[in-house]
Amino acid sequence: MKQIKLITLIIISLLIHNLSHASSNNDLENKIFKNLRCLICQGQSVYDSQSDFAESMKIVIREKLGEGMSEDQIYFYLKEKYGAWLLYDPALNKNTFLLWSIPLALFLLGGAIIIRKFVVLKKTQ
Amino acid sequence: MKNKLLGLLAILFFLFSFVIFFKGLDKPTIYTPELQKNISLTNFEAKEFFSDQKINSNELFTKSNFYLVNIWSSWCVPCRDEHPFLLKLQNENKVKLIGINYKDNKKNALKFIEELSNPFDKIVSDKNGTLSIKLGAYGVPESFLIDQDKKILKKIVGPIDQKSYSKIIEILNETN
Repeated sequence: MKQIKLITLIIISLLIHNLSHASSNNDLENKIFKNLRCLICQGQSVYDSQSDFAESMKIVIREKLGEGMSEDQIYFYLKEKYGAWLLYDPALNKNTFLLWSIPLALFLLGGAIIIRKFVVLKKTQ
Repeated sequence: MKNKLLGLLAILFFLFSFVIFFKGLDKPTIYTPELQKNISLTNFEAKEFFSDQKINSNELFTKSNFYLVNIWSSWCVPCRDEHPFLLKLQNENKVKLIGINYKDNKKNALKFIEELSNPFDKIVSDKNGTLSIKLGAYGVPESFLIDQDKKILKKIVGPIDQKSYSKIIEILNETN
């Protein structure tokens, strides 16, 4: 009786382990799909797109994850073929410098204008 | 004075935005990045179209020729438009044509080449489309002109037309 209980416990824990592993793999897959631009419908991510090429790309990414590639290695692998354009979250380099710096500069400028307005308003009061 | 300057800046900003968006109207909606230099075609393994036997890319490409790798499908309408150019390229001695049949039904694909004639030296099947992704393709049809060292000389996204056909011939003639 004890043995049966032990075996049941082992089976249940294995099932739970497998399920949680599968869901973490799914989360990673989806994260990668969401960060890649669809080649055909370029306004959509690979995750959202149902196009043939997006579906094929999903298969390739699953294959590469199965081979043990990390998220960054997959991005690098695809970047080699399609360029950094494919990524929705491109790395900071000399080509993407303006892309990253302009929003930050505008944010700081806006903040400075607001603060200045407050200072002027306080002084006049 | 300050208000005038602000007004002038607003007008300049409006004009600048207008020019940018107006120029954007002429641009194609599908963006394809420039081909990076010195990229070679990756090695691959696929099934030969007629025999379903596994074949390695090293068996497809020999050092003696240029190759035009063409991704096609029977359901792809622009593939029909580019077919006459593929047939013309078949007559060029310097280049051999390798077809990649993308996500196709074999019966339909056979009918397609029976009807329009087969320009390919060899055809491989890409049933789930992963081979095309591994080669860095954007869609169907798409063609890669590669040299003896499998270096990609030209990538044609979309159907081959008179302009891209002439460019291929020019590249072949340049590399004597």
